[in-house]
Amino acid sequence: MLTLDRVSKSYRIGLLGGTELRAVQDVSFDIAPGEVVSLIGESGSGKTTIGRMILRLLTVNGGSIKVDDVDIAGLSGAGLRDYYRRVQGVFQDPFSSCNPMHKVDHLLSTIRTVYFGQLGEAAWREKEAASLRAVNLEPGQVLHKYPHQLSGGQVQRLLIARALLLDTRYLVADEIISMLDASTRIDVLNLLGDLKDRGLGILFITHDLSLGNYISDRTVILRRGRVVEMGATPRVFGNPLHPYTRMLLESVPQLHAKWGVARPGGAAGGGAAERCVYHELHPRAAGAGGDGGGLPLLAAVEPDHAVACARLDEECGC
Amino acid sequence: MSLLVSDLRVYYRTLAGDVKALDGVTFEVADGEIMGLAGESGCGKSTLGNSLIRVDGRMKHVGGRVVLDGVELPITDSAEMDHFRYHQISIIPQYAMSALNPTRRIGTMVAELVESRGTPFREVRDELARRLELVGLAPDVLERYPIELSGGMKQRMVMVISTLLNPSLLIADEITSALDVSSQRAVAQTLVEFRDRGFVSSMIVVTHDVSILYQIAETLTVMYAGKLAEKARTEVMMDRPLHPYTRLLISSLPEIGVRFENTRLTGIPGTPPSLLNPPAGCRFRDRCPLAFDRCVEEPAFVEVEPGHSVACWKAG
Amino acid sequence: MSGGVPSSGRAAEERSRAPVVAGAPLAAGLVAGPLPAESVGLRREILHFARRSKKLLIASVVLLAAVALAIVGPLLRPGDPNAFVGPLGVPPDSEWWFGTTTFGQDVFAQFVHGLGATFAVGLLGGGLAALIGMVVGFVAGYRGGWVDELLNMITNVVFVIPTLALLIVITAYLQARGLLLEAAFIGLTSWPWAARAIRAQTFSLRTREFVDLARISGVSTTRVIFLEIAPNMGSYLFMTFILLFGGAILIGASLDFIGLGPTEGITLGLMMYQAVAWSAMQLGSWWWFIPPGAGITAIVGALYVLNVGLDEIVNPRLRET
Repeated sequence: MLTLDRVSKSYRIGLLGGTELRAVQDVSFDIAPGEVVSLIGESGSGKTTIGRMILRLLTVNGGSIKVDDVDIAGLSGAGLRDYYRRVQGVFQDPFSSCNPMHKVDHLLSTIRTVYFGQLGEAAWREKEAASLRAVNLEPGQVLHKYPHQLSGGQVQRLLIARALLLDTRYLVADEIISMLDASTRIDVLNLLGDLKDRGLGILFITHDLSLGNYISDRTVILRRGRVVEMGATPRVFGNPLHPYTRMLLESVPQLHAKWGVARPGGAAGGGAAERCVYHELHPRAAGAGGDGGGLPLLAAVEPDHAVACARLDEECGC
Repeated sequence: MSLLVSDLRVYYRTLAGDVKALDGVTFEVADGEIMGLAGESGCGKSTLGNSLIRVDGRMKHVGGRVVLDGVELPITDSAEMDHFRYHQISIIPQYAMSALNPTRRIGTMVAELVESRGTPFREVRDELARRLELVGLAPDVLERYPIELSGGMKQRMVMVISTLLNPSLLIADEITSALDVSSQRAVAQTLVEFRDRGFVSSMIVVTHDVSILYQIAETLTVMYAGKLAEKARTEVMMDRPLHPYTRLLISSLPEIGVRFENTRLTGIPGTPPSLLNPPAGCRFRDRCPLAFDRCVEEPAFVEVEPGHSVACWKAG
Repeated sequence: MSGGVPSSGRAAEERSRAPVVAGAPLAAGLVAGPLPAESVGLRREILHFARRSKKLLIASVVLLAAVALAIVGPLLRPGDPNAFVGPLGVPPDSEWWFGTTTFGQDVFAQFVHGLGATFAVGLLGGGLAALIGMVVGFVAGYRGGWVDELLNMITNVVFVIPTLALLIVITAYLQARGLLLEAAFIGLTSWPWAARAIRAQTFSLRTREFVDLARISGVSTTRVIFLEIAPNMGSYLFMTFILLFGGAILIGASLDFIGLGPTEGITLGLMMYQAVAWSAMQLGSWWWFIPPGAGITAIVGALYVLNVGLDEIVNPRLRET
């Protein structure tokens, strides 16, 4: 189980580091093996930061990230290398993920050098071929080529194959299909679904709600670094309770229904008269719902569906 | 206004030869129409949009004509085209919001632009203020630098600037791609509003995102590998797509409500052909599930029903 | 990712399609080497422009000629170039190709031996500066944080040191100075700008996704720098070295010219120093100072032209298509 427990990340910026920028604040959720969790948010929501923290590319300022009950902050050297055996990532731009000076084999051979030094040539070729076939690529199609000779979809699948060479249990997929064409997106997405069925736990980071809805079992909606709603995907999408979630869903262009006539305003929709589900359950909440008064950050509205205060980081005068 | 494009061919010069990015495209845009131009990367839609405004050094106009309001556009002659740009035909280029000069205040930039078009700034100042209010930008935005604005704000600013002189035809190239979903909706609806209020007569909206086009475009044109595949009214296209590519494309788009466990969507296997030496005949036949012998002969783009044209032997 | 020009690399691959059918796996154990007809778009492009570059051509010719002369010349005129072998102060003729100095030394012998020495100073001094600059630049750019701050401080201090004053002090203590010392001194004082430049490039490359990917593959910092970052800067590093090389020659010649050069042997700069010291200009012995001056100018000039030419080849934005 990959667990995030009240994870926070802040940066000091400005002259002499006087201002604090909170990229992520008190985010908690977990990913079980064989489950796809979507992390949905717009730009600046902190979703990429969370992905990078899980991959140990950034340090965690507050809270903890644990994989199988081991806090990853303490890992280094051999322990860290071992961690990467179990947790891997794939990023947004397939061509930026490849070193343009090397052929794409370099991605796979790096794994070999670090983790499979003892393996003989024949055994390695077999392992490589098996991983490639698991993502519907033929070794002859993609090996010994430079990145620019392959398509974006092929490179992304190659990057997933790279993760499969190891004993990956959890995969962080950060906007992996947003730079692909529509006709190849669905192939990569279906691939993730197949991997999920085989026991991989996937964190699917995206800004596109339709994709999240298609592939994920559970959804976490992020806004300005905080979780505003989370739960089982059909529940969150079928019965959105937070005004921000509702606004997002209304703005998604659908293929068989037109947008409503009224244009959404700049704010997260809804004025003071809008019903705040969180406060119906916790009427005493004051300020940014949760910290004051020892109340939970999210209120469980139904099984596997929780929502936060409707005006999370604004002055809530309830 | 009306736009008539006949058999337009624009190639790119490269070291390896000519890339036939746009290879014989014919269509019309009527007065007041918002036409969506969709397709995947490399299909030629951006080339089409850009060649109507400016054929730059890398591009080569090989054939065809463009006629706007009965006047033939001299697209190869950049100096001559200058008379048409911004006044009759305007573009919101891709990455426009990143192309705002970061060292200039926005107001200064608008003034310089307008003056260079031969219009004194004071004549448009009031109209500019009205339009800024319409798109939801405060008038003081003219005093700010681009870096102070968010992505959605910059995009709306660019839209106002490009349409300030009321062009007949506006080309919008991937204007929603880099935006968050809430800004996308605002920007797309602003586009429609510009047309409704008469700031522009007609539009060509170029994007890979078919669902946005469903929301705002009256007609939809799908391109593949430098050629037109299908053109129809948007609702008709969604209900009864005739070209196999269009059908496969639409069915590969996930919608809210469609889930992997219940409905497994499929993509289109393979990749588009290289445009350096495109194959003879229909360019989609390598990936087409309906391909048969006749497909080695290129199908013409013909009207099979009123307002619905397809380039496929199996259609109609 | 819409519109735009498809890469020519893919097209070339289609023309020279390998006989591997998609779907037919390679036999296990059979390593398919790079297919001969397969073209690497980037390399082809670079060679294409390299062949057409006049600057590259002219610079290479000049440098190769100089190197050839530095190798062959001492074979034609073996022995000590500073020996007094000829008539005093004669202009160039069939026996003394570059004439003789006021003391009867063979100017041609001095010239060809001096060329070699000048190259040596450039190579050693420039090489040392490049090494230090690379180490400091890579580490500072990759690590960031306090390591970066510390290295920046050191870089700035070395930048600001008045090298001339330092050298005069050193000279006062060391009566006998060799070429090696001069090269070492140049190497230790001329690296800061290279370190700065490499640091900046490393900073920008470090945020690329392939570096992240290497990190999550358990690759150590040193390997990331050498295997992922440095190759991407290959042309940049090479050009930096060329500039340091040229700079070292120039600095060396200048130091020689003002009398702070080596106390034994001969370099082109020393020739000019001696020429001026012994009033060659007033005596009209142009053959004594023009060859070394022209030599230094030609070599350093050729190196700088080489640099500009390479930059044009490698950087697509500078090309005139």
